[in-house]
Amino acid sequence: MIRSELIQIIADENPHLYQRDVEKIVNAIFDQITAALAGGDRVELRGFGAFSVKRRDGRVGRNPRTGESVEVEEKHVPFFKTGKLLRDRLNGQ
Amino acid sequence: MTGKTLTRMDLAEAVHNEVGLSRNDSASLVESVLSHVSDALVRGESVKISSFGTFSVRDKVARIGRNPKTGEEVPILPRRVLTFRPSHLMRDKVADGNK
Repeated sequence: MIRSELIQIIADENPHLYQRDVEKIVNAIFDQITAALAGGDRVELRGFGAFSVKRRDGRVGRNPRTGESVEVEEKHVPFFKTGKLLRDRLNGQ
Repeated sequence: MTGKTLTRMDLAEAVHNEVGLSRNDSASLVESVLSHVSDALVRGESVKISSFGTFSVRDKVARIGRNPKTGEEVPILPRRVLTFRPSHLMRDKVADGNK
C-alpha cells in the first residue's frame, strides 16, 4: 500500500470530506510525526508502535573503495518500535 | 530538544488545525489511518509513505535462544516482525533537527 492508496481508502470511507482535505489530513499526520522527531520528541501510538530518535556515536569509518579513513560525526536517526498489539496481530494472535 | 512524548491526541490536534474538523472527528481519522496501515501490514503488505518511510513485514526463522540469566536454552519460534525504514527526507530532517 502506498500513500495515495491510503488516501483513497480514507476518502471512500468519508464521502462527506473533499478528497483534497483527506490528502491534507493524511499528510498532516505523517508530517507531525516527522516534525516531532526533528524536534527531539517521541511519538507513542499505543497498540501501533512508538517513533523515537536514537543517537549514533561518531566513529572512524573507511571509504570502502580507497580504504581511506574518514571521520563520521555523531548523528541522530529515527527509530520505530512495533507496539505489542500490532506485533501480536502480525503473528495471528 | 524538549524531550516530550506525543500521542494520538497531538496528531488529532494537527489534523484539527489543518482542516478545521472537530477534535472528535479528527481523532477518529487518526485512528482510521493507523488501523488501515496496521491491516495492510497484517495482510503481509508493505506500506510505503513517500517522504516518510516504509513499513515492511519480515519473516524470521526459528532459532535456539538462551535465557541470559540462567543460560537455559529456549526455542524461539518462527515469527513475523515489522521493520520501519525511514525515507531520506525524514533521516535528513531528524539529523538536522537534533544537531
